[in-house]
Amino acid sequence: MSLVLQAAILGVLTGGVYALMASGLTLIFGVMRIINVGQGALVILGAYLSFVLFHNWHIDPFVGLLLTMPVMFLIGAVLEVAFIRPLKTDREALSVLVTYALALGIEGVLGYIFTANYRELSVWYDTQSFPLFGFRITLVYIFGFVLCLAILATLFLVLYRTAFGAAIRATMLNRTAAQLVGVDVERVSAMAFGIGVATAAAGGAVFGITNAFNPGSHYDLISRLLTIIVLGGLGSLRGAIIAALIMLVTTDVASVIISPEWSSFVFFVILVGVLIVRPQGLYGVRVRERI
Amino acid sequence: MSLLEVEQLSKRFGGIVALDDCTLSVPEGSITGLIGPNGSGKTTLFNLVTGFIPRDGGEVRFKSKSIAGFGPDRIYGLGIGRTFQLARIFPRLTTLENMLVPVRRAGLRALLSHGQWGAEKARAMKMLASMDISEVAGTLGGALSYGQRKLLELAAVMMARPELVLLDEPGGGVNPALLERIAGHIQQLNRQGVTFLLVEHNLGFVMNLCHEVVVLHQGRAIAKGTPREVRENPAVLDAYLGA
Amino acid sequence: MSPTGLVRSASLILLAVVALAFPLLVSDPASTNIGVFTLMYVGLATSWNIMGGYTGYISLGHAGFFGFGCYALGLPLAHLHVGGGYAPFFLVPLAGLLTALFAIPVGWIALRTRAATFVIVTIAVMFMLQLAASNLIGLTGGTGGLRFPNPGWSGDVFNDPFYYAMLGLAVAAIAASWWIRRSKFGLGLLAIRDDEDKATAVGVPTRAFKLTAFVISAALVGMMGGVYGYYVTYVYPEFVIDPTIGISMVLMAFLGGLGTVTGPVLGALLLEPAQLWLAYHFGAIRLYLVFFAATFLLVILVLPRGIVPSLAVLLRRRLALT
Repeated sequence: MSLVLQAAILGVLTGGVYALMASGLTLIFGVMRIINVGQGALVILGAYLSFVLFHNWHIDPFVGLLLTMPVMFLIGAVLEVAFIRPLKTDREALSVLVTYALALGIEGVLGYIFTANYRELSVWYDTQSFPLFGFRITLVYIFGFVLCLAILATLFLVLYRTAFGAAIRATMLNRTAAQLVGVDVERVSAMAFGIGVATAAAGGAVFGITNAFNPGSHYDLISRLLTIIVLGGLGSLRGAIIAALIMLVTTDVASVIISPEWSSFVFFVILVGVLIVRPQGLYGVRVRERI
Repeated sequence: MSLLEVEQLSKRFGGIVALDDCTLSVPEGSITGLIGPNGSGKTTLFNLVTGFIPRDGGEVRFKSKSIAGFGPDRIYGLGIGRTFQLARIFPRLTTLENMLVPVRRAGLRALLSHGQWGAEKARAMKMLASMDISEVAGTLGGALSYGQRKLLELAAVMMARPELVLLDEPGGGVNPALLERIAGHIQQLNRQGVTFLLVEHNLGFVMNLCHEVVVLHQGRAIAKGTPREVRENPAVLDAYLGA
Repeated sequence: MSPTGLVRSASLILLAVVALAFPLLVSDPASTNIGVFTLMYVGLATSWNIMGGYTGYISLGHAGFFGFGCYALGLPLAHLHVGGGYAPFFLVPLAGLLTALFAIPVGWIALRTRAATFVIVTIAVMFMLQLAASNLIGLTGGTGGLRFPNPGWSGDVFNDPFYYAMLGLAVAAIAASWWIRRSKFGLGLLAIRDDEDKATAVGVPTRAFKLTAFVISAALVGMMGGVYGYYVTYVYPEFVIDPTIGISMVLMAFLGGLGTVTGPVLGALLLEPAQLWLAYHFGAIRLYLVFFAATFLLVILVLPRGIVPSLAVLLRRRLALT
C-alpha cells in the first residue's frame, strides 16, 4: 500500500511537469485552434539548450531558464510568424502537418549536432531525497513541481489579471469578435505561441534532469501530451493540469500494481473510456460549429 | 390536417428560456409564417424541430407521429427540409454536385451505383432551370453570389421532395427583385403540394405570401390567424413595440 | 471522346504498361525494392485519402492499422504453419477483413469527437497498439519480433512477386477511391468535409458514412501492412507501427492534393523514391529528416492545396485564356 502511495506522490510531482508542458499546448490550441504536434520536440530542444548551458558553463538548469525561456519564446514567435501565419485555408489540418514537419526538422538538427546518444542533466541533487512521513520525496521533483506551480500561477495571473491576458482569452473565445473590439489577433497568436514554447523550455529543463533523452524522445512525449490535453478538453488550462495529474498518477500507480510495460496502456484505456462518455474531454466544450 | 404539431415545447440555455411551453401547428398545404421580435425563439424552434438541438420538454409531431429526438438526417429522410439563416451550401462542390448531395433514402444500392445518376442529374438540372440558375451548374459553390447561393440552397433541399420545408429568413440579405423571385418560387412549390413554415422579419413579405401567421414572443405563441387578423391583434403590436 | 478524355486514357494506359513492365525492364533488386515501397505508399496514400481527404477527418494513426494488418497476416501464418511461396498472398484479404473488424469499434469511438480531437485519438490508438504489440509477448513475440515464413524464392527476382502484390493492392485502392469519388456516397463524404452539419440537414447519414470510409481505408492499409510483413520477414512493433509511416502517407496525400484520386498517387510517386534516396545517402547523419521537413514546408506554403488541384486551377486558367 505504501508503495502505491509513494507512486501516487511521484505521480503528482511529475504530473506537475507534464501539466506545464501540456498547458502550453492547450493554450496554443485555445488561441489559434491549431494542434502543435511539435511541442514534444520543442521540449526536447529546451532540454538540449539547458544541457548546453549546464555542460559547457555549469549553469544550473533552473537558473538557466532565465536564458532559455526568453530564447524559446522568441523561437516560438518566429516559428508562428514564418510557418503558421501563412496558412490560410484548411488551417487546422495543415497546422498539424506543418508542426509535425517542424518537429522532424528540430529532431534532424538536434540529431546532427548532438547525435543519437542519450544525454542527461546530471545535477548534484538529482538523486537526493528526503524522508517525509515515511515516504521518500526526491528533491529534484520537488524543485520541478515548485517551478511548475510558479509558472502556471504566473500564467494564470497574466491571463486573468492583465489586459494582454484578457486579449488572449478574448481571442480564445471568439477570434472574430476579438478583432472587432480591436484586439490584434495576429500578434496575440504569435505571443501565445511564444508563451507555449517558453513553457516547453521550462518543461524541458525538468524533463532533462529526470529523464535521459535524445532527439527521438519527442514521439513518446508528444503522444502523452496530446492525450493529456484531449482528456482535459482541448483549450482548457484547468483541464490540462488535472488531466496531467490523472495521467501521471494512474500510470505510476499502475506501474507498481500491474507492471511498468502496461502502465501507459492503462492511461489510454481511461482516455478512451472518458471519450466514450464525454467526447469533449473533462473540461472541454461541446462545440456545435454553427447552427 | 396539421402537418406539423408542436406541443408545449420548452428549451432553456442555461438561465435563458428560449422556448416556454410553445404550442403551434402548421396546416397541410399552407404557407405559414412565423414572426416575432428578436429573441422570441424562432430559430430555436427550427433547430428543435429539425433535430439539431435536444428539447427540454414538450412534443413535436409530423404527420401525427412523434419526431422528437430524431437526428437531422433522419428528419430530412422523413420529409422535412430546412434552409438556414445564412444560406449554407457546400463551397468546394459545384452547383450541380450540391444538388446531388441530399439523401432521402440511404439504400446501399442507391449510394454506390452510378446508374441512377443520370435520372438524378436530369432532375437536378430541371430544378436549377426552374430557379433560373442552371447556367452556373458547373461553378463551385464558393464562387456563387449570395443570391445564387440562396436559390441553390432551396433548390437542393427540394431534391429529396420534402413535404414540409422550414425556411429561415428566406428574404434575409437579398435585394427586392430577388425577394420577389423567391416568393414566386415558394408559391410555385406550394401549388405543387409543398407546405412551408417560414421565419421572416420582412413583414411585407410575410403578409403577402402567407396564408397563416403565428406570432412568437418570449418563447410562446401569442397569436395566430390570417395576416390581417394578426396585424390588427393588440397583443402582437404590444410584443413588437411594447416595453 | 474529348481531347482531355483521350489524353487521360492514353496516359493511364501508358502508366499501366510501365507499372507492369517495370521489374522486367529494371531488374536489379535495389530498383525493384524502390518499386515495392513506392507502390506501397501509392496504395497507402490513396487509401488514407479515402478517409482523410474526402471527409476531412485527418487520421495520424493509420500506421496502427498498417501494423495491425501486418500482425493479422503474420499470426495466422505462424499458427497455421503456412510455408512460403504464394500461399501467404491468398491470406492477405483475411488480414484486410480482420483490420476492418478492428477498425469498426475504433472508428465508432474516435468519430464521436470532432476533427481536432479525432486526430489525437487516432494517435492514441496507434500508440496503444504499439504498446499492446510490444507487451503481448506470447502472442506477437513482443519486441523480439514476429517471424513471417520464408518465401522460398531468392536472388534477383525476390522482390518481384512483392512488387506485383503491392501493385495489385495499389490498383485496388485507386479503384476503390475512384469508385467512391464518383458515387453519391463519395459526394456525401465531400459534403461532410465542407460542412458536416449542413450535410446532416440534407439527409446525409454522416456517422455511418464517416465510419464506412474509415473502415475501408483501414482495411486497405491493413492489407498493405500484411504484404509488407511478408516482404521484410521480421517484424518489430516499433518499426511496423511507426509514426513515420503514418505521417508519410498523409504528407503524400497532401502534397498531391487531398480529395482527388490522382493526387495521393502523384504525391507518393514523388516523395517515396526521394525519401528512400535521402535515407540511403544521408540516413547516417540525421539531416535527411530536415530535408524532408523542409520540402514539405515549402510545398505547403507555396501550394497549399497540393499539386494536382493547383495544376488543375492553372490549367483551367490557361484554357480559359486561349
